[in-house]
Amino acid sequence: MPNTNNTNLKNAIEIRNLNFYYGTFKGLSDVNLNIAENKVTAFIGPSGCGKSTLLRTLNRMYSLYPGQRAEGEIKLYGEDILSKSQDLNLLRAQVGMVFQKPTPFPMSIYDNIAFGVRLYENLSRSDMDDRVEWALTKAAIFNEVKDKLGQSGLSLSGGQQQRLCIARSVAVKPKVILLDEPTSALDPISTAKVEELVSELKADYTVAIVTHNMQQAARVSDFTAYMYLGELIEFGETDQIFMKPARQETEDYITGRFG
Amino acid sequence: MDKHISSQFDAELASVSSRVLELGGLVETQIRHAVFSLSQFNVEVADQVIATEDQVNAMEVEIDRDLSSIIARRQPTARDLRLLIAISKITANLERAGDESEKIARMVKSIISSGSARALPSSELRIASDLASGLLRKALDAFARLDVTEAVSILKEDDLIDAEFDGFVRKLVTYMMEDPRTISASLDLLFVAKAIERIGDHSKNIAEFIIYVVKGADVRHIALADVESAVQ
Repeated sequence: MPNTNNTNLKNAIEIRNLNFYYGTFKGLSDVNLNIAENKVTAFIGPSGCGKSTLLRTLNRMYSLYPGQRAEGEIKLYGEDILSKSQDLNLLRAQVGMVFQKPTPFPMSIYDNIAFGVRLYENLSRSDMDDRVEWALTKAAIFNEVKDKLGQSGLSLSGGQQQRLCIARSVAVKPKVILLDEPTSALDPISTAKVEELVSELKADYTVAIVTHNMQQAARVSDFTAYMYLGELIEFGETDQIFMKPARQETEDYITGRFG
Repeated sequence: MDKHISSQFDAELASVSSRVLELGGLVETQIRHAVFSLSQFNVEVADQVIATEDQVNAMEVEIDRDLSSIIARRQPTARDLRLLIAISKITANLERAGDESEKIARMVKSIISSGSARALPSSELRIASDLASGLLRKALDAFARLDVTEAVSILKEDDLIDAEFDGFVRKLVTYMMEDPRTISASLDLLFVAKAIERIGDHSKNIAEFIIYVVKGADVRHIALADVESAVQ
């Protein structure tokens, strides 16, 4: 099975023989995959196929829940993040995550950004101001909020809240940004803005996105992985997956023939 | 092909595919009538071919409109997308084949009015025209069944029509040298032969798009031997 990108791209993440268990239930089965640096990799598949599970292994979000465990190897720039010695806080600063529903903290827009930065860095007031502006600009929301940085993050619209969350993960200068259905609660215009942002983010970051919207995967990603029942069925360049998938199962799913 | 979750989408694809076959049937009739008007020197049938051309054009426009609508509403991917792109190209080729039969009908009228019709070897175009209309029918059958093996054999047969054309041109040249009064009508007949040869080319193009739909391989402008390995 073609399960690695065959280009000469540098890999940010290399996943080898990954199995994942929810207690006794096996959520992922022998996944092998490379996530290329400064590219957008999309994960598609029907509900329960393991795409969100896979995303959650990449910053060990699952470690919050007892009974959930991963076996195998996930290397982030060569370091195995599944090893017991891995510092989880450090990992999550390197691998940021944005969720389906916007999750701004109940604090000012400014502090939403500054909060995470303070955990890892000790910046002067003016350096922090610069960092907040930089992150908000990266997330293409600065112009909309620059005059109300003291207002609550919850006062923003859903689309703005989601971009605020993206700014929050960008602020700590991660290597990888994980997006778990980032636009499924947003209207088409906010969706378009987030998608536009994704294409800009990949200049500086490696992006992995889980989406139920196949057209979104087609629009924003460079590589697409199709998963089903915890297995990686097909992985390849997005053009190839959507024009001429190699596997019948992939074809059935993306053309709407999945029964 | 397996069914989509949306049976309405299936119905839309089936409908546009059958419109293509309908257009193909109409163009086939146009070719047959055009060739008949030539062999019988029948002006009425030639006029009928010219009049029916409008219908061919209108069908092409309708099919393109349906295709745009499906693409806008369904955002097709993979095989569905290839099918719709192929239908668009196949429709254009059928319309062009229709143009060629109209051209034949106009030449037939010109030949008849020149009065030198019966001095020319027009019946010898029979083989080439039978080959061309037969090839178009095969192409339409292969499209209806999405039959790659048949499509490949069409690519081979187009070469036969090209060979017939070359032979016919040589023959016309001898007629024109023997009796310069036939030159004008001979040139008309040359255009008829060229139109028949073009119809063969259009059938070949259609066959190439059938391979594209099924195999995802673009086999235009590549050697026959390479086509055969591409469809393995």
